[in-house]
Amino acid sequence: MTLFIIRRLLSALPVLFVVSLMTFLIMWLVPGDVSAEIGGSDATPEQIERIQAQLGLDRPIHERAISWYANLLRGDLGFSYLLNRSVVDAVLERLPVTLALASMALVMATMIGVLLGVSAAVRHNTWLDQASMVAALIGLSIPDFWFGIVLIILFGVTLGWLPTGGYVPITEDVLGWARSMALPALTLAFTQMGIIARMARSSMLDVLNQDYIRTARAKGMRGRTVVFKHALRNAMVPIITTIGVTTGILLSGAVVIETVFSLPGVGRLIIGSIQRRDFPVIQGGLLVTATVFVFVNIVVDVLYGVFDPRVRDER
Amino acid sequence: MPTEESLSLGQEMARARWRRRRVFVARLFRHPSFLIGAVILVLFTSAAVLADVLAQHPPNKNNYRFILMGPSAEFWFGTDGYGRDVFSRVLHGTQVSLTIGIAVATLTGLFGTILGTLASYVRWLDALIMRTLDGLMAFPGVLLAIALASALGPSVTNAVIALTVTFTPRTARVVRSGILVVRGMQFVEAAQAVGAGHGRIIFRYILANALSPLIVQLTYVFAVSIISEAILSFLGVGPPPPAPSLGNIIADGRTYIQEAWWIAVFPGIAIATLVLGLNLMGDGLRDILDPRQRNDH
Repeated sequence: MTLFIIRRLLSALPVLFVVSLMTFLIMWLVPGDVSAEIGGSDATPEQIERIQAQLGLDRPIHERAISWYANLLRGDLGFSYLLNRSVVDAVLERLPVTLALASMALVMATMIGVLLGVSAAVRHNTWLDQASMVAALIGLSIPDFWFGIVLIILFGVTLGWLPTGGYVPITEDVLGWARSMALPALTLAFTQMGIIARMARSSMLDVLNQDYIRTARAKGMRGRTVVFKHALRNAMVPIITTIGVTTGILLSGAVVIETVFSLPGVGRLIIGSIQRRDFPVIQGGLLVTATVFVFVNIVVDVLYGVFDPRVRDER
Repeated sequence: MPTEESLSLGQEMARARWRRRRVFVARLFRHPSFLIGAVILVLFTSAAVLADVLAQHPPNKNNYRFILMGPSAEFWFGTDGYGRDVFSRVLHGTQVSLTIGIAVATLTGLFGTILGTLASYVRWLDALIMRTLDGLMAFPGVLLAIALASALGPSVTNAVIALTVTFTPRTARVVRSGILVVRGMQFVEAAQAVGAGHGRIIFRYILANALSPLIVQLTYVFAVSIISEAILSFLGVGPPPPAPSLGNIIADGRTYIQEAWWIAVFPGIAIATLVLGLNLMGDGLRDILDPRQRNDH
C-alpha cells in the first residue's frame, strides 16, 4: 500500500509540471503590455518600467521561465502590486473559505446523491426511480451560478430567512457563519447531486443483479443489510471516481459561487484579480487550485485501493 | 429498376448501409429522451434564428420610459435597467450560446480526434500527448477557460478558443480509448492481412467504429459549453456587452435582484431548458449507440 501511494505521488510530478508551465504561459498570452495594464492609465513611464523589471518582462522568455521555476521551488509565487503583498499570503489566507465551501458541498452532494441513487436502484422502474432520475438530470442541466441567484431571490429577498450575501468568519459567530455558508453550499451541491445520483444508481444496479446478492437474500438476510453492507460496498468504486471528478467541479464552481455570494475565498480573489488585471495573483490562484485538485485525485486513487485491492496490485 | 438478382455487390452494400441508417434514425426518434431533447433543440434553434421576427423590440434599444417593468403582454420577460426588452435579449443571447456551443463541439471533435488518433497510433507520441492532456485536465472545471479567456480578452472567438482548449483533453481520451478497443479487434487484423494501408485502416475501419463514443461525448460538450459560456460572460470574460449573451443578462439582473427578479430568472430558465434538451439527446444517443455505457437496465 505504501509503495502504491509513493508510485501515485510520483506520477503526479509530470502533471504538476504541465500545470505550472500552462500557468506560466497564460501571462505570455496576454496581448499588449501587461505592465502598462497593471500600472493603470495614470502610471508614469518610470513606474511601468519598474513593474516590467520586477515581473521580469524585460528579459527573454527562457530566462523568465527559469526564474519562474526557481521561485516556484522556493514556494514564491510572486508579488501583487495591487494588493501590496506576496501572492502566497493572499491565496493561503483565502484558501480555508474555499475549502470549507467545497467540502460542505461535497458532503451534502455525496450524502443526498448516494441516497437518491441507491433508493432509485432498489426501487428500480418505479415512480421513485423515474422521479429521482428526472430530478438528477434537471439538476445537472441547471447553471449553478444562476441557481444561486434564484436561491438568493427566494430565501434572501422574498422570504428574508437568510442573508443575500456576505461572509461572517467562524471565529466571530458560528451560527452567522453557518447562515452565510448555507445557500452557497446548497447551490454548489445541487448540480453535483445529480451526477452522483446517476452514477450511484447505475453502479448499484450492476451490483444488485449479481448472484451473490441473490444468495444473500436467499439465506434470509435483511434487505437493508444486503443493500448497504453487501451491495453498496462493491458499488463504491465507480461512485468514488465520480466523487473525485465532482470535487474538481466543486473547486471551480466555488470560484463562481463565491462571486455570486460575495464570499472571500480564492475564487473571488481570482475573479477580482481578473478584473484588476492582477496577473501574478491569477497565476497563483490558478496554480494553488490545480495543485489541490491533483492531490484530491491522488487521495481518490488511494481510496480505490482501499475499496478494491485489485487496483493496488495492478500498477 | 433492377431486380434483386441483378444488383452488383457494391450496390447491394450501399443499399444495406442505407437501410441500417434508416433503422438507426427510426430507433433514435422512438427513444423518448432523444425525441424530447431534439424537440427542445429544434425549438430553441428556430427561436434563435427567428429572433428578429419573434421579438417586437430590438435587443439593445434603451427605452427610459419602460425601466424595470415586470413581465407583461408587451414585454413577455419584462424590461431591464435600461428599459431593454429581456425577451428579445434572451433570444439574441441564445443565438450567441448556440453559435459558441456548435463551434466548441465541432473544434473539440476535430482536435480531440486528431490528438486521440495520434496518441493511439504513434507509440512515441502517446506518453507526450497524454501527459500534456492530463496536465490540462488538472485545472478543475472551467477554471482554465476563465483564465485563458481573461488573458486573451473578452470576445466570442476567444471564448471559443478557451472552451475548446478546456474540453479537448477529455474528448481526445474518449477517442483514444475507443480506438484502442477497436484496434485489437479481428476485422482490423483482417484488413491488415488483405493489405489495406494505414490511412484506409484508420479512417475506414478504426475511426468509423470508434465514432459512437465520440458523438455521445460531443453532445455533452455542446451542453457544457453553453453553461460554461454563460459562466464566462457572467464573470465578464465572455463576449462583451452591450451585445446580449445569456450569461451577461444574468449578470445585469444580479444588480436588480431586490426589485426585478425577471431579468436574472428568464435567461437562466432558457439555459437550463436548452442544456436539459442536449443532455436528453446525449442520453438517448448513448443508449442506442453505446449500449455498454447505459445508465439503466
